[in-house]
Amino acid sequence: MINIVGNRKWFFLISICLLVPGIISMLAFGFNLGIDFSSGTVMTLRFSQPVDQASLRQQMSQLGYSDATIQKTSDGDFLVRTKDINSEQKIALIDGLKKGLNMDVTIRDFATVSPLVASEVARNAAIAVLVASVFMILYIAFAFRHMPNPFRWGFSAVIALLHDVLIVMGVFSILGWLIGYQVDSMFIVAMLTIVGFAINNTCVVYDRIRENMHKGISKDFATTVNSSILETIARCVNTSLTVILTCLALYLFGGVTIQQFIMALLVGVLVGIYDSVFVAGPLLVLFERGLKTAPRSA
Amino acid sequence: MKTSEMLLLLFIAVLVGFSIWAITPLDGDRFGRQGLTLGLDLKGGAYLVYEADLSKKDATQTVDQVMTSVLGKIERRANAFGVKEPIIQRQGENRILVQLPGEKNVDEAKKLIGQVALLEFKETTTDASGQPQRDEKGEIIWTPATGTGSDGQVKELTGKYLKPNSKVMLKQNTNEPEVAFEWNDEGAILFEQITKRNIQKPLGIFLDNQAISAPTVQAVIKSSGIITGMDMKESQNLAIQLNSGSLDVPLVVIQEQTVDATLGADSIKKSIVAGAIGLILVALFMILYYRWAGFIAVLALLIYGLVLTAIFKLVPVTLTMAGIAAAVVSIGMAVDANILIFERMKEELRAGRTMGAAVDAGFNRAWLAIRDSNVTTFIACIVLFWFGDTFGAFLVKGFALTLFIGVALSMFTAITVSRLFLALSARAIKNTWLYGVKA
Repeated sequence: MINIVGNRKWFFLISICLLVPGIISMLAFGFNLGIDFSSGTVMTLRFSQPVDQASLRQQMSQLGYSDATIQKTSDGDFLVRTKDINSEQKIALIDGLKKGLNMDVTIRDFATVSPLVASEVARNAAIAVLVASVFMILYIAFAFRHMPNPFRWGFSAVIALLHDVLIVMGVFSILGWLIGYQVDSMFIVAMLTIVGFAINNTCVVYDRIRENMHKGISKDFATTVNSSILETIARCVNTSLTVILTCLALYLFGGVTIQQFIMALLVGVLVGIYDSVFVAGPLLVLFERGLKTAPRSA
Repeated sequence: MKTSEMLLLLFIAVLVGFSIWAITPLDGDRFGRQGLTLGLDLKGGAYLVYEADLSKKDATQTVDQVMTSVLGKIERRANAFGVKEPIIQRQGENRILVQLPGEKNVDEAKKLIGQVALLEFKETTTDASGQPQRDEKGEIIWTPATGTGSDGQVKELTGKYLKPNSKVMLKQNTNEPEVAFEWNDEGAILFEQITKRNIQKPLGIFLDNQAISAPTVQAVIKSSGIITGMDMKESQNLAIQLNSGSLDVPLVVIQEQTVDATLGADSIKKSIVAGAIGLILVALFMILYYRWAGFIAVLALLIYGLVLTAIFKLVPVTLTMAGIAAAVVSIGMAVDANILIFERMKEELRAGRTMGAAVDAGFNRAWLAIRDSNVTTFIACIVLFWFGDTFGAFLVKGFALTLFIGVALSMFTAITVSRLFLALSARAIKNTWLYGVKA
């Protein structure tokens, strides 16, 4: 029998290796915040003829937007981000680009958020995350109320979730300075979805542990947990795999608008598999007896 | 077959038949719903949030009165501009959310809607040679034109005394546009006094403190007049604004999102392709891994897809890019319940249960896990939906609503469709290999 619980220190070590770079990146670089949190303007521009990034940047500088960030999308459009601008400035900018590059320019989408709104959105997002967390923890406590030690079970489930959330946040912090991935309100949506989904698998594993304890398959708690994990491993992987398949289809074929959002979901679901198999169950044993391997019989 | 199973089968057949009828053709008309309702990001248009400067409000009005009045005026302006189904809502105390679906001329619409459009008439004194008086900078000194109203009070003449029937006319010989307006009774009394007093003198016409024109008064006029000096578009917009009335307080755009219709069309095409590929991948996986049982899950998934589309169309649920993503992701989540049931069934079969007992045990024991695991997703969706408006992105609400509907519906299809089909097939097909058990 594969011994996941017995080797838990190695799996916790892998978790720490996944967590540490992201946490360092979050502390050192923070996040590349989207305009709904940090205010500003983002627009997708389409040019009637091919344009290279350098000449677009030069034109933007001449028009007074030297601090604009410019990114080419996979559709060949350009994603331009600046400080928040009003209608008149927008028209002046587009007219300036048309004249400067001598071609037609269309705005495919345009979004602007004022600093006032941005600070409110950030505050509301924080409240939403807090409210959702409180309700989920209450629910977990309720779901495990018949356990011998409900607080410990709920606590382990929450730690496992935090583990997922922190890894995804870390990945996005790293991707932020690496390839410009942004943290915006849709990222918060992805995080809450991940949490809602990751609890599913943790519930499945814990349900099985509870059932096996009732059946009394082993006197040793670690052995019970280990068999429960092995019995449920196929369904945990499979339920996540189907979601990964649909996310993958959306990421590859669904267009650029939601690509970063889908990426957050994908990373979250993947980490969720690891968590439900190698972290959530072993955490229970960790609280029971630390990292030591206990004697086989009690 | 038991009576209860017959009834359930009949119910499923009716549900499927109804869904197919409701969604074919997709853009057809059923119960007054024409096709799927698309959000701004998919059909193009503008999402604007205005903030009203309530410090400028008239002290005699309450905040609610001011906001209700402004909302009504904005609605009239948007309709007069030709926006189809504009959505105008008050948000919080002093904000107004304006959605203009399908609108291409966003910048113009934005200006038309958000401008206060206070029309004022002003007079000036002239010297002996007929030249208006100027200040040290050479600017003409204008003072508000006033008259004595029917109640004996001195009043300033503004756009509020206009009848709501201003229109754009073309000057006969030059084809220049002009806005023709008519005063109401009170306005006519004031205008008569003002024109009488200012014969052969310029009368300044101001819109939001900007001079539009200053024609010289040729004769005493009572009930009507024209405003010249603007191009066609400006004239049309002014006519709309005069008819809706000037806004009670100034508005500022604090958030804007505009999407070009072509981008939306691209997004729809791409997400349909992605959805189809996702569905095929999930179906392949289920059939390869769970064999005949997987096939039943795919059948349930197809029914799920049909009913979901029918719900989207008939409710109607406004589909955004994020909503479609949620629907596609929910395809992956919808089979979750099936997987939990099948895995449980396999265990029961391996333990030597009969086919029928394994199906029953599979459902009964997996049900708790299915219920528990979906509750958390519901919590996330409800919180997101609740806070969606304050997130400043309409995508949030769309995602939460669609995912909620998807997950709820998938629970329903798992405990009705999958369960019935499995129970029926368990009597006919006894080969455990077909249910995913290794030989």
